[in-house]
Amino acid sequence: MSEERPRDDYLRDGPNLTGAELDAVLDETWRDGPGLMGWIRSVDHKSIGKRYLVTAIVFLGLGGILAALMRIQLSGPGHHFLGPDRYNQIFTMHGTTMMFLFAVPVMDAMAIYLVPLMIGTRNTAFPRLNAFSYWMYLAGGTLLWVAFVLNVGPDAGWFSYVPLAGPEYSPGKRVDIWAQMVTFTEVAALAVAVSLTATILKKRAPGMTLARMPIFVWAILIVSLMVILSMPSVALASSMLLADRLVGTQFYNSYELGDPLLWQHLFWFFGHPEVYIIFLPAAGFVSEIVQAYTGRQTFGYTTIVLALCATGLLAFGLWVHHMFATGLPRLGYAFYTAASMAVSIPAGIQIFCWIATIWTGRPRFMVPMLWVVGFIVTFVIGGLTGVMLASVPIDLQVHDTYFVVAHFHYVLIGGAVFPLLGAITYWFPKFTGRMMSEGLGKVSFWLSFLSFQGTFFPMHIVGIEGMPRRVYTYPAGMGWDTLNLISSISAFVFAGSVILFVANMLLSMRGGEQAPDNPWGAPGLEWKAASPPRPYNHAHIPIVLDNTPLWNAEQPVAYGLRVEDRELVLTTVLDARPDLREPSPEPTAWPLIAALATTVMFISSIFTPWAVAIGSVPIGVALIAWFWPKGPPHPDPVIE
Amino acid sequence: MKRAALILPLLAPGCAGIQSANGRDAVQGALIGRLFDVFLGVAVVVYALVIVYLALALLRGRRHRRRESGLQGEPAPSLERPWRIGLILFASATALILFGLAIATWLTDRALAKAGAEAPLEVEVIGNQWWWEVRYQDPVASRIVRTANELHLPVGQTTRLTLKSNDVIHSMWIPNLSGKQDMIPGRESDLALHPTRTGTFRAQCAEFCGMQHANMALDVTVESPADFRRWYEAQLVPQPAPGGAAAAGYAIFQNRQCASCHAVGGTPASGQVAPDLTHVASRNTIAAGALPMSRENLARWVSDPQAVKPGNNMPKVPLSQSELGALVAYLETLK
Amino acid sequence: MTEQPRFTTDLAPLRTYAFGHRSLTWWGIVAFFLIEGTAFALAVAAYFYLMNQEKYWPPQPIAPPGLLAGTLFTILLLLSEIPNTMAKKAAEAKDLPALRKLLIVSSAIGLVLMGLRAWELDSLNVLWSENAYGSAVWLLLVLHTTHIGTDWVDTLVLAALMHTEHGDTGRRYVDCAENAMYWRFVWLLWLPIYVMLYWLPRLVT
Repeated sequence: MSEERPRDDYLRDGPNLTGAELDAVLDETWRDGPGLMGWIRSVDHKSIGKRYLVTAIVFLGLGGILAALMRIQLSGPGHHFLGPDRYNQIFTMHGTTMMFLFAVPVMDAMAIYLVPLMIGTRNTAFPRLNAFSYWMYLAGGTLLWVAFVLNVGPDAGWFSYVPLAGPEYSPGKRVDIWAQMVTFTEVAALAVAVSLTATILKKRAPGMTLARMPIFVWAILIVSLMVILSMPSVALASSMLLADRLVGTQFYNSYELGDPLLWQHLFWFFGHPEVYIIFLPAAGFVSEIVQAYTGRQTFGYTTIVLALCATGLLAFGLWVHHMFATGLPRLGYAFYTAASMAVSIPAGIQIFCWIATIWTGRPRFMVPMLWVVGFIVTFVIGGLTGVMLASVPIDLQVHDTYFVVAHFHYVLIGGAVFPLLGAITYWFPKFTGRMMSEGLGKVSFWLSFLSFQGTFFPMHIVGIEGMPRRVYTYPAGMGWDTLNLISSISAFVFAGSVILFVANMLLSMRGGEQAPDNPWGAPGLEWKAASPPRPYNHAHIPIVLDNTPLWNAEQPVAYGLRVEDRELVLTTVLDARPDLREPSPEPTAWPLIAALATTVMFISSIFTPWAVAIGSVPIGVALIAWFWPKGPPHPDPVIE
Repeated sequence: MKRAALILPLLAPGCAGIQSANGRDAVQGALIGRLFDVFLGVAVVVYALVIVYLALALLRGRRHRRRESGLQGEPAPSLERPWRIGLILFASATALILFGLAIATWLTDRALAKAGAEAPLEVEVIGNQWWWEVRYQDPVASRIVRTANELHLPVGQTTRLTLKSNDVIHSMWIPNLSGKQDMIPGRESDLALHPTRTGTFRAQCAEFCGMQHANMALDVTVESPADFRRWYEAQLVPQPAPGGAAAAGYAIFQNRQCASCHAVGGTPASGQVAPDLTHVASRNTIAAGALPMSRENLARWVSDPQAVKPGNNMPKVPLSQSELGALVAYLETLK
Repeated sequence: MTEQPRFTTDLAPLRTYAFGHRSLTWWGIVAFFLIEGTAFALAVAAYFYLMNQEKYWPPQPIAPPGLLAGTLFTILLLLSEIPNTMAKKAAEAKDLPALRKLLIVSSAIGLVLMGLRAWELDSLNVLWSENAYGSAVWLLLVLHTTHIGTDWVDTLVLAALMHTEHGDTGRRYVDCAENAMYWRFVWLLWLPIYVMLYWLPRLVT
């Protein structure tokens, strides 16, 4: 066969083709086409990462507006700003938007953008799958929000318990839309997880053994595996719910041998790992930021990696702690109490290591470090209330009250959003080639940090004082009025601080200080690329000798890849020896077309089950066209 | 400082409200409250230690920086050793503390199980959208008391609630007395209560159950065993058709929609799908805690339930002013 | 960066395709195994969960699913592994004529299997809407039918592709070998479900 020996007449990078000359050829090969069509057909991970990030931030804003509306309604007893129907839709949409449309996609965004740069390659594995996943995410989010605007938004809570969410007590399309949105976003997240897993295992630069991977990359590998093992649960559960509602199955109907608790088990089997899927990338951010700003490698690399693995594993053994009030056998509960307490050990270990890094390093208190400190101060409180919730007797008092609302906002905002805002600030120069304003950044940090405490700390108290969750109003004279008012006022300040952060991003994109390749002097490979990176990321595939490549005087590179077609190197899984040359797909519109076909099928199927059979045909056609080789066969393969 | 001030209400049981876990007005609530105090104490100490560690690191690090410059990379292993030891100590201490907290939890669980082991009084509570059906059990069928949206409990004795649901998942939560238990259709769960103090408390549904979840509350009256007996006997007395001023309202009640959903003992009205009204006028609130009992509120509720609890299952029955007045006058006789 | 980088490793001699775990798409397919395997494992767990709450399974008076259709399906599915393995070996040996024939044979068998599956669905003795038992049985079968349906379409597409000019390229041989691997997953997953649906009710009650 013609491809057994490499042909000599291909243009390859190396000593004879480097520098500006190489840049011109690689740019031509790897850049997107011009205009809107170019953007639509892009399979560049940086483009896809950025669109994920922008979309996720938009959903953050929409979810935040809903929160503001709730806080107006709850700022005092007996308000009539929102009636029960609207309020119930709003709190459902708030939770659903934040969990499904912001928290996971924003972490996916950062991972899709950063991982290939960090591991020294030019694109993810299966980039068309990544592009497809974005369109699916966008479609699902659009479906949900259009429904909400049309007053058909879901109103049974973000975890949609049955029988309330079943056919009898939630007639109409509201819950169907919720359940199908879950399908969209779960397909998107699974696609990204498959892509990132393959990328991290096979596309690392030569010499980047697993033990030399950046901690953030480890976090993403673990998170991707968690997504693969947990998302099918919610997909299955929501499909069973749709079936109960639309074709008369009886999975959750206790009068026909079904069980409402089956929903809870399946949902929380996903739901608990979900929150660690959100938290672990944030822990990865902290490890990266802390090492750049202290000038030393993060203390306890192996320990932190093991802690991440332990958290990922333990996360699958906790879900019943969401069901402590359902009357399951107490002996069984004891296991989940133990596991739920135990999961704080790896988290605590990481915190010890990060603080040790700061102690033994030379910290610079740039804005990302402030976010890290704010994260530690806030997240630990959330972790401690989590330990309280792990204890069944205590949980039976505070479950389903504002105490729990306080807890999960402390761990989600403190534990994920604070590191995220630090990470955006930290990598902003890489994304855009400009620095964010340090002054505005400091103001927005302090405003966010303080107003966050004002918003959510009182909720611990008001929950213990008897205020349940998901209530559109509360009576006067319960002792809850002042604390709720404090929460509401602080919430508006918090919203303002987030707007300030986004304003900082927007202003800095236009007028921020120009950024060098490595403004922080950080050790990771992503800082070797330009700011923003060229379409091809690194001019030559780097060779990695240790955990902190850019802190080495020695920075060898590999050479010999074709440069007029898209070609990357695959390395072995454990010790990253170069193994194969792999073509990388050219831009194409088939992922979008396939996503459109899938969207049509998913949405129509909530109106008629026949749509599943009929709608599968265009999807099949689109997928076949996507996969079918285009153009004549090349001796050295090209994927178009 | 702001945070410390906000904790104070937490630590002052005497000042607790009528729907507050700080009340600790039953054996169960007190056991849980004590456990919470242990956890809170440990949490505060641990948090303080973490903050001190962080603060020291930030200060030390600052001083470090002023002394040297240039990138470090990985420090010498000998410098790392004390930190490795520190890490092991830290992880071990965390595990030990958690183990201790788990033991405390287990002990509380055992005490709770013991406290609820024997229950001289059994009450069945059935959750509905958005009201509570309450049935006091008795081996003699004619001595079963059926009421709604209220519980009377004798102080110093254990009462066991058997919890069910007719529609969606609800949750019985009387924070002053105990933790909560979900009410799941197709299943039965139970909740033991041993109140230690008389008084009136408020319970609220604690599992989102639809449109009027926020307005599904329950009055809980804890009284002396003698007062409880008196109440119980009064509940058993039927309310036959009245004469005089209340007769007109009685006729409206029986002949219009009311009787098809509500029951009044001693009359033909025996609807099972809405609260039993036999002794409604003796309750502290109406509409599952939405309004305090009074003539005005009765009128307000009966004339337009949808205005008070939009989306609830009681329809708006068109009544003229005089019909309304008569009906309310009748209801007020149902003590 | 005006200085020349230090070039140490020449990647040009590397090949552009390989079978097994060296192939990138192999990892994608294994990831799909995990996803679908998890979905099935949870559906099986749901089946057992519901069964555990009942005294009789199937609940009386429902009879267990008819044995003939399901067993014939299972036998043919197991037999289909023979041409499947032969196809995998042909792909790894790059034996295009043999591979082409075997893919057509596999496609034909797939068609018969889909027919048998339709007959099987008709012999279940219960509808999905009757009760949770019926729902669980149909769930497992619909999931597996989707599974086998998509792999059958995959096989058809590859059968067509291998008859074009693209057939004789290294990456296409890898695709065929990986498709054969996926087929193994399809019948391996079926075996425990077959036992659960057809034999467990007969042995236990």
